[in-house]
Amino acid sequence: MTILTLRTQPQAPLEAGVITPDQFMSKPAAALARLPVVHGNEQACLGDFFAVDGEGSTELILNGDLSRVKWIGAGMTMGSVTIHGDSGMHLGAGMRGGEINAFGNTGDWAGAEINGGKLHIRGNTGHGLGGAYRGSRHGMNRGLIIVEGNAGTETGAAMRRGLIAVKGDVGDFAGAFMIAGTIVVFGSLGIRAGAGLLRGTIVAFRQTELLPTYRYACRYHPLFLDKILRELQSHGVAIPDIAGRCFQRYSGDFNRLGKGEILIIDD
Amino acid sequence: MTYLVKGVEIEDTFAEAFGMWGGRVIITAVSSKWAREAAGKMTGYATSVIGCGCEAGIERDLDSTPDGRPGVSALIFAPGKDGLETAMAERIGQCVLTCPTTACFNGLSAAEQASIGNQLRFFGDTHQISKIIGGRRFWRIPVMDGEFLVEEKFGVQKAVGGGNILILGEDSQSALKAAELAAEAMRRVPGVILPFPGGIVRSGSKVGSRYKFMKASTNDAFCPTLRSLVPTALPDGVNCVYEIVIDGLDLSVVEQATRVGILAACIPGIQRITAGNYGGNLGRFKIYLRKVLEEAVPA
Repeated sequence: MTILTLRTQPQAPLEAGVITPDQFMSKPAAALARLPVVHGNEQACLGDFFAVDGEGSTELILNGDLSRVKWIGAGMTMGSVTIHGDSGMHLGAGMRGGEINAFGNTGDWAGAEINGGKLHIRGNTGHGLGGAYRGSRHGMNRGLIIVEGNAGTETGAAMRRGLIAVKGDVGDFAGAFMIAGTIVVFGSLGIRAGAGLLRGTIVAFRQTELLPTYRYACRYHPLFLDKILRELQSHGVAIPDIAGRCFQRYSGDFNRLGKGEILIIDD
Repeated sequence: MTYLVKGVEIEDTFAEAFGMWGGRVIITAVSSKWAREAAGKMTGYATSVIGCGCEAGIERDLDSTPDGRPGVSALIFAPGKDGLETAMAERIGQCVLTCPTTACFNGLSAAEQASIGNQLRFFGDTHQISKIIGGRRFWRIPVMDGEFLVEEKFGVQKAVGGGNILILGEDSQSALKAAELAAEAMRRVPGVILPFPGGIVRSGSKVGSRYKFMKASTNDAFCPTLRSLVPTALPDGVNCVYEIVIDGLDLSVVEQATRVGILAACIPGIQRITAGNYGGNLGRFKIYLRKVLEEAVPA
């Protein structure tokens, strides 16, 4: 286990994509402190900001207010990162495996273009959760993202595969231009959810206003949702009991293929 | 040579069993009634690979299922992996997909896998939807009562088929009672099915026939009505024989079922319990009755 404790609050955003189990594995503590980071527009070392406790391992524990520390766990392929405190933008972006547990709030683009693994955020998160960067063909492509608080706009935008579950509210344009995958929102859904959605599923546990390019299909109990909720439960997420509950199925977005769906729980 | 268990002669012989491939299918539905209905249909006409291409049976009712609904598990066996995959896909497609409210899940963790949902999805005519949940892919196939949810891959493994015992009784009542008790005890063994009706066979067969076009024919040595016509295997006083055929996911469960079945069948009116074999020339596995019983009752 390697423990990083923030001792000097960065004055500018700190780009610390080196904080991953892949980079830390098997390195001595001195080498970890020398890992390069970018502070504002200047090169710096990880040790300039963090106290490093322990040799490099695949199990990282971060302490402190890291809301200015960006790219934590970005691109990681294995191991675990646990953050006790807030974290900055791009947390776990492009990660391919392993697990990140954030016990605070996170900035924008958490889990953007994630390609595997699990990102579990206990607080709120910003915009672009699991989404696609501007110009990218798709966002999240595999894996699991759980947010126990609220999420901002463009959650799961252009996602291709995987599951995003948000216990709180989600901002506008959730699942916009989604290609496939599943977004489950237990709180309220912002406007224009599923705009330009190709395939994929958005599940809403509260009534919501849909775009006129969605058409009502039926009222039924989607069995796959039981499987998804059980899967979330296995990750320690408290989920509502939907036994016997029905959902309204709307197909869309008919501005495009119309093969996606928004499922809204019955009152 | 025989020896006695609870006053019943146990012949010191072996059951000859064969290498098979097996898979476990979990069927859930809105109620136990509909889960059993689908499982009953899916495992129907699957008593013997000779005539049916596969052997199948309901394994048990389940307390816990992948979707939390009432469900049952069933086992399917076939001589080869490809044959098993075909049998599973056809049977799930015709009997589970068609049954109201059902869903179908893999119930076996195995290195080898059969592609089932991946074949059935085409019924969705391009409207099927795939979902990966917990690392496993499921297919949602639109049907008239909503959706049929089926897992894409089902685990399959090498298994054992054709384990058996023969219960020789003084009359049909006692033989049937003993066979029923044996079947009931055997069904409690996980990983085992008894593919014949009620688990019991009255038409035991031998290899070949006087008719050249027949692969198998009646086991005349055990037919009471032929006692004076052919060399018989029946002791005096035996007037009825029932066989129980056992398929299992591995040899140990077939042996266990054999053991509990024999012990349950040793009741008054039963003269002897033996097993069917072909001289050890056909099957890969030999299940010695004495050996399996000694594991239960040390001498």
